[in-house]
Amino acid sequence: MAITPSFDTVMERLKRQDLWQFPGGVHPPGQKSLSNTTAIARVQLPEVLYIPVRQHAGLEGSVCVEIGSQVLKGQPLTYSNAPYAVPIHAPTSGVITEIGEHTSAHPSGVPELTITMRPDGNDTWTELFPIHHYQHLDKNALIERICDAGIAGLGGAGFPTHIKTSSTKPVEFLIINGIECEPYISSDDRLMREHAWQIRQGVDVLNHLLSPKCIVIAVEDNKPEALKALNIACEDNQEIQVVSVPTVYPAGGEKQLIQVLTGREVPRKGLPNDIGCVMFNVGTCFAIADAIFSGKPLLERVVTLTGTALQKPQNVWALLGTPVSHLLSYAGYMPHNQNEQQVIMGGPMMGFSITSLDTPVVKITNCLLAPAKNELPSAADERACIRCGFCTDACPASLLPQQLYWYSKAKDHDKTQEYNLFDCIECGACAYVCPSEIPLVHYYRKAKAEIRNQRDENDKSEKAKQRFEARKARLLEEKRLREEKHRLAAEQRKQAMAKDGSAQDKIAAALARAKAKKAKTAAQTEAVEQPIDAPQKSAESSTVKDKQAKVAAAVARAKAKKAEQTTSAQSQPASEKLDKQAKVAAAVARAKAKKARKQAEAEQGVKQETDVIDPTATDETTAAPGKKAKVAAPVARAKAKKAAQKAAQSEPAEAENDAASVAEVNDKEPPKEKTAEQIKREKVAKAIAKAKAKAKQNKSGENAE
Amino acid sequence: MKLSLASSPHQHVRRDTGAVMRLVCYAALPGILAQVVFFGWGVLVQLILAGITAVAAEAVILMLRKKPIKRTLQDYSAVLTGLLLAISIPPLAPWWIIVLGTCFAIIIVKQLYGGLGFNMFNPAMAAYVMLLISFPVQMTNWLPPQSLVENNASLLDAVWVVFTGYTVEGYSVAQLKVDIDGISMATPLDHVKTALMSGQTVAEATNVSFMYGTTGAGWVWVTLAYLFGGLALIQQRVITWHIPGSMIAAVALVSLLFYVVSPDNYASPYFHLINGSVIVGAFFIATDPVSASTTPRGRLVFGALIGFWIVIIRIFGNYPDAVAFAVVIMNMAVPLIDYYTQPRTYGHRA
Amino acid sequence: MSLFWALFAIGVLALLFGAILGYAAIRFKVESDPLVEQIDQILPQTQCGQCGYPGCKPYAEAIANGDQINKCPPGGEATIKKLAELMGVEAKPLDAAHGVEDVKKVAFIREDECIGCTKCIQACPVDAILGAAKQMHTVIVDECTGCDLCVDPCPVDCIDMVPVKQTTQSWQWDLKQTTTGDIPVKMVS
Repeated sequence: MAITPSFDTVMERLKRQDLWQFPGGVHPPGQKSLSNTTAIARVQLPEVLYIPVRQHAGLEGSVCVEIGSQVLKGQPLTYSNAPYAVPIHAPTSGVITEIGEHTSAHPSGVPELTITMRPDGNDTWTELFPIHHYQHLDKNALIERICDAGIAGLGGAGFPTHIKTSSTKPVEFLIINGIECEPYISSDDRLMREHAWQIRQGVDVLNHLLSPKCIVIAVEDNKPEALKALNIACEDNQEIQVVSVPTVYPAGGEKQLIQVLTGREVPRKGLPNDIGCVMFNVGTCFAIADAIFSGKPLLERVVTLTGTALQKPQNVWALLGTPVSHLLSYAGYMPHNQNEQQVIMGGPMMGFSITSLDTPVVKITNCLLAPAKNELPSAADERACIRCGFCTDACPASLLPQQLYWYSKAKDHDKTQEYNLFDCIECGACAYVCPSEIPLVHYYRKAKAEIRNQRDENDKSEKAKQRFEARKARLLEEKRLREEKHRLAAEQRKQAMAKDGSAQDKIAAALARAKAKKAKTAAQTEAVEQPIDAPQKSAESSTVKDKQAKVAAAVARAKAKKAEQTTSAQSQPASEKLDKQAKVAAAVARAKAKKARKQAEAEQGVKQETDVIDPTATDETTAAPGKKAKVAAPVARAKAKKAAQKAAQSEPAEAENDAASVAEVNDKEPPKEKTAEQIKREKVAKAIAKAKAKAKQNKSGENAE
Repeated sequence: MKLSLASSPHQHVRRDTGAVMRLVCYAALPGILAQVVFFGWGVLVQLILAGITAVAAEAVILMLRKKPIKRTLQDYSAVLTGLLLAISIPPLAPWWIIVLGTCFAIIIVKQLYGGLGFNMFNPAMAAYVMLLISFPVQMTNWLPPQSLVENNASLLDAVWVVFTGYTVEGYSVAQLKVDIDGISMATPLDHVKTALMSGQTVAEATNVSFMYGTTGAGWVWVTLAYLFGGLALIQQRVITWHIPGSMIAAVALVSLLFYVVSPDNYASPYFHLINGSVIVGAFFIATDPVSASTTPRGRLVFGALIGFWIVIIRIFGNYPDAVAFAVVIMNMAVPLIDYYTQPRTYGHRA
Repeated sequence: MSLFWALFAIGVLALLFGAILGYAAIRFKVESDPLVEQIDQILPQTQCGQCGYPGCKPYAEAIANGDQINKCPPGGEATIKKLAELMGVEAKPLDAAHGVEDVKKVAFIREDECIGCTKCIQACPVDAILGAAKQMHTVIVDECTGCDLCVDPCPVDCIDMVPVKQTTQSWQWDLKQTTTGDIPVKMVS
């Protein structure tokens, strides 16, 4: 990196007004006089406000109001504890009519979560808590206040302001950005002219929070009135330097302004506070003053309405959430004066064309530009790049736009990154000067988005791979452990057998007897629960049962399929009923089969374990069902009752079915004696039936259509 | 309702490729005027021939390549190529020289590489090199300044000579070259080269009538006229000072080095700068955007190396002038230069 | 005699250079990822098994052993292209027998219908489903690869594959795809 000028050098040069320069830059026609001659006007309340939940760079909060709630002006609508989240507030009093998706103030216009409210016209404020002696207040409390006021950088990036103010690194330069280098825009200009004093108050608060060595307010030299107003407002404080900066685009970029004022460069992947600088927009200072001294959250901002397709280009105070169409009609929008209807949010260099006139004004909206015919050249077809290098000369970041263009176009993303694509600030200077009218920035943005998505995808697939492999390893390990356990147990048994025969034999015999008894009781309880699968003592019988169950299930499935086919063939109510019946039956049968298989497997497991001489284990496995059964019995009874009632109420066909299934299941036992297994099974069966019924409904609905 | 969408920036400087190329053509006008004044109507004839050939060749090849003809022709790059070639060749060269050269420049050097923006070599200079190597006699038939020649050729004569080889009265080019003193004339560079080879010193070689005096100053005036046009281009920000600056500086420096070592054997920097096409080359040819280096430092290196090669080839080579060779050689090195002269990106360590 | 010397000299030179080349081949050997690893890197790691192998790694091994490269529907054309490049074979269209390329999806469990059977948990190749027996399950969206494997085992059909929604973050500046208009970016040369 170039040599970083020391604080003293910088101060000396600032005093002499001998500033640095950034490379490149362009001089597009300013067109500021279109809108900066009249005072900032107030617009009447719109009929509806669309307040996007996320209007800043960072996380959105969670909505804390409901549809229909009455809100007061300044009442927070979201809250969050995440550090990068700032809340949004009701810009006026009214009723929340909708919380849903609405066109976002983003070049894509992709719908985002938005709170829609209808103003009641009273504009009733919620209770405000101004702070008068901020110097006596804890800094953290002040920062919290700034955060709660929902302030995010009003310059364009929308970075949460409280994050910047809580910087722990020593601050040498507190820079207030009043450059506004984009053509057409004059919102900061008007704000500085009319509210220089309040901006000064905001600066004082920031000064208190950050204790910088020096405060610099930078204004471009094409705004003499603003310079004058700020000079007057800051007269009494020698620490504040109001600096006039030569007009060149993009001098207002954060990195570029720091370079112009201090000769320092923000390191790659670094932040301005790494080189002792912190920068705030004048609008942000104004909002901070509002938040502290009058307790008002950020509810409105100055928006420049400009372009010659407007009858009255001017600056207005716009409530956040105001639809663009409302502001445009206020300024006398004449769509017929445009070639194609087009409205740009932001300036002509970095702004984006909005996708709908319902797009709301958000915290970062500084300008709405409606260009008339021939005011801005329509995007012509691009010609071949002639490698003239004008773009290289214009680039403020000293990139090679032309190389980036070739590689972006070829989708050679490694190369684009080698040429530092991500250091591009998308200022548009390169595309502005390009004689071949190549939309260079568009190519860069696409490449950036592609690289980001690719990166995300790679990360994701890498993670998936790791998880897959971890799972595989885990399964293997489990298997190994199981086998190891079995092996050890077998060895133990062998050893025991091999050691002294008689005593051990006796013990073993006793144990075996006890076990057998327990097994018997267990089997009996199971028999109680499981009338279909009669008590089994051998693995053989269970496997047989298993097979049978499978076969039964298969048959049932086949039947169900047939039934389904027939019903889908004819969509008469009669067949519908039949279908329903068949389905329910099939579902029940399937569930049963599944259960049976499971149980058989479980029993096999139990048996194996009983084989092993491990009394505690057997105890547990055998005891558990008994206990469960006891606990579950009363519950089961209650459920059974309910089920019976329901069955009685529901349609005869279904009831019959239900009853049949219940009967089938409970074969020998009265419902009273239902066990936990039973309940579970019933639940499953019910869920299946429900799912099927739903599917059925859908299908019949479709058929009906 | 449909809103039209576009990607930023929405504002655009209104100087497109065509405008840039046209500006270069206009800037060459003073030089062309000077050439006509001092060297006769032949220059004009060549210019017209070159312009027509260039546009026709471009149109035909675009048609074959199925590209939009009108739109591409409007970039004026073909016209500029023709112009540069026309002012580089002897004014009374036969018509097929310029036609062949222009066709070669447009079709082979430019369009076959993919058209404007994709050609590796400067089309005019590549064609010039081709012509010089293939037809050395016709390409070195320079006329002396008009004030010195015995038989002044009119516009009609010029046309006649270009197309038939003889004036209306029947003089051949060789006869036209003969000056009042009856000496066959060559360009100063040519003359000095021959003289030095035959063992004369520089002082002796330059001590001939056509190099001195007010009448013999034609070469100087033409050079100055192009210098004026070139400075205007810099002022209009069509080109930057880097390439011409470093190229002229390099020519001066390298020739000075030789001159200091042996003033008898090597001509002075002034001689090198004012004669031949160093100035035209510096402002109009080496700055051709497509084939020149694009990074700021790269342009300096590119220009300086062209200057270096010009002097080296002039002194050691067989051809009297060397701008075309130097430019074509350096065109090949452009990707390499560009790669190694990337500027330090904002926020990066050097 | 001179002929002999000539032959001798050439022979010695040949031996010398051969030795140098041989040494260089060992000394400067470029260690590259084993082929399987490289292929695995290209595969999308959904672990969906649509290729007929139990996971991406096994398919990578199969490709390394000469299997077709067009059996991966989640990767689609892009993956086939990259594989073709790596393997030095012709790119082919996706084998429809293994499925068709689809938009990216993630699994979604309709939670009020879930009965807590854990079947989907067992089926998930990347452990992206959270839950316990008889407890409601849920999908960790960030980890889900959209492989579809959990849909079939669900006894109550409560798992849907939901297409991943485009957000302002994932938007790729494709102005052409917006319904309201497009940007004229055309190449004329």
